[in-house]
Amino acid sequence: MIASENVSRTRTERLVNLVICLLSTRRFLTASQIAATVPGYEHDADDPKDHEAFQRKFERDKAELRELGVPLETGTSSILDAEPGYRIARRDYALPDIHLAPDEASAVGIAARLWRHAGLSAAASSALTKLRAAGIDVDPHATFGVEPVVTVDPAFRPLTQAVRDRCAVTFTYRVPEHDEAATRRLQPWGVVCWRGRWYVVGHDLDRQAERCFRLSRILGDVRRTGRPGAYTPPGDVDMIDYVAHWSGRPPVERTGRATVLVRHGRADGVRRWAEEIAPGPDGDRMVLRYAEPEWFAAWLVGYGADVVALDPPEVRDAVVERLREIAAVYPREASETAGVS
Amino acid sequence: MPPAASADRLGRLLNLVPYLLARPGIRIAEAAGDLGVTERQLREDLELLWMCGLPGYGPGDLIDMAIDGDQVTITYDAGIDRPLRLTPDEALALAVALRMLAETPGLADRAAVQSALAKVESAAGGLADSPVAVRLPGNADRLDTVRSAVERRKALHITYYAATRDETTERVVDPMRVLVAEGHGYLEAWCRRAGAVRLFRVDRIDGMTELDEPAAPPPQAQPVDLSDGVFLPTPDQPLITLRVGRSGRWITEYYPCERVVEESPELWLVSLRAADLGWARRLVLGLGPDVTVVSPDALAEAVRDQAEVALAAYGVEVD
Repeated sequence: MIASENVSRTRTERLVNLVICLLSTRRFLTASQIAATVPGYEHDADDPKDHEAFQRKFERDKAELRELGVPLETGTSSILDAEPGYRIARRDYALPDIHLAPDEASAVGIAARLWRHAGLSAAASSALTKLRAAGIDVDPHATFGVEPVVTVDPAFRPLTQAVRDRCAVTFTYRVPEHDEAATRRLQPWGVVCWRGRWYVVGHDLDRQAERCFRLSRILGDVRRTGRPGAYTPPGDVDMIDYVAHWSGRPPVERTGRATVLVRHGRADGVRRWAEEIAPGPDGDRMVLRYAEPEWFAAWLVGYGADVVALDPPEVRDAVVERLREIAAVYPREASETAGVS
Repeated sequence: MPPAASADRLGRLLNLVPYLLARPGIRIAEAAGDLGVTERQLREDLELLWMCGLPGYGPGDLIDMAIDGDQVTITYDAGIDRPLRLTPDEALALAVALRMLAETPGLADRAAVQSALAKVESAAGGLADSPVAVRLPGNADRLDTVRSAVERRKALHITYYAATRDETTERVVDPMRVLVAEGHGYLEAWCRRAGAVRLFRVDRIDGMTELDEPAAPPPQAQPVDLSDGVFLPTPDQPLITLRVGRSGRWITEYYPCERVVEESPELWLVSLRAADLGWARRLVLGLGPDVTVVSPDALAEAVRDQAEVALAAYGVEVD
């Protein structure tokens, strides 16, 4: 345990020194120049085994720096150099100057906190650390009156990465109304949150057309196909508009007027939409607006015997028809037998 | 130590120098709190940084700092005077959450959110030119009314339609916060009637009066953990199983379901927790003949009985 902590400490120290060294140099430094400079890389270059161990160590270190987002540049300082070297360009390394007013800093702090347990919470908090390191003071207790709860589907990260890299993807997609899941291939253009649900918009390679997909309907992994940078998303597509159009029911005019009889003190769900309520001995007569008689009837049927549709006939008949169909699927004998078992 | 932890530490160390540089004489405890580490860990970080510096690694090359009791000041930064750039995921995390905030109806400080977003995007370069767009639901007026009432910290009398019981109820509540989740606005409050914290969907608050007494949620009123969603079914709620045809399958996306089994290509067996059997009966009747009850028997009987009684009201007899 103590040994591994020491190893890790030594390694971290070596990496910090490597970053400082590569930031301070304008010339590209070759691996052997780095080994001769930065503490922790000492080895015998003439001993093949020792040299190989160094190379492995250096490869791991480079990978770790790149993983962290340190922009390691590779190149040669002169055409005479046979071996490529490394350096870190300060302008690519450093976060550009950013100044936030206190209310803006609060907004960023609140935003980072919105991720809490979801998806990108680690990324959000390390982003906040960097802003703090840039000299910005973030009040950890600031709140706005209203806060959105941010959650994302598992497909969110691979899809946003694919969009960023302009890399086509394939995934299994399941629409509840379809009996079979389908394999879809897409050049993703962007990811959209519309009314609390996430969608990906892009060019469907099988349909050869613009399509959007709900992230919650993607089963399993999103796999990349093809190379990064393989396409250019069109610049003029309003993705939110597209998703809204595709997913949203168009606004409907409630032109119909129906009269229903509601039992006293029941079916409050119907009552709260009533335009007029006239109490009577057998119940309350209510007037409601509706758009589509079938949907309206289905909604009324949910309230069972508490609501009776009186008028117009198109609603009344639709309610009766639906009730008949429901009653027919529960034959008396069958359900009584079931009750015994 | 796993590699992730060592990478975390490296990132923290590289940002620590500019962080301290911007705050000469900061107390170590405060810095540790800001950076989310213990004071001991931070002191270990400082000791390690002391060993690092420019090639040569002599007294004038190493990172230097003055530690005065519980305060620290960087006196030489060895060239790491700026934090690292945001990674694509970091830029995305901030940009998405800021867009969510900016789109949240009823938000008072929208201008600050929008300018913060613009500045973060510009600092992130092309990265936060992110592929994500956000639009949250409307209902801005009502949400705004609720939010300002919450800000005045008064208890509220609300007329609330409780959909699970199909009842319009009158309650006095002590507001705690306002949320937008899964496409709806919610008021989170201590409900004096229920003696518990409740989420009230803003579009079901049919009336609201501010009372002349302060909002006073009791100490046991804790915010609801929403990380697993707004509807959290509990095991004491009745489990119902339905046989669902194509037209009813949307319920599997709308309600949290415990089990969905494809009985045949056409029919799915869907099991979910119902608030109570009354709610389940309204659900099943509303879904129509394409959805039938598998269990419990009591629900199947209730659905059939309701359908028959309702039909009788239209003068229709069932044979």
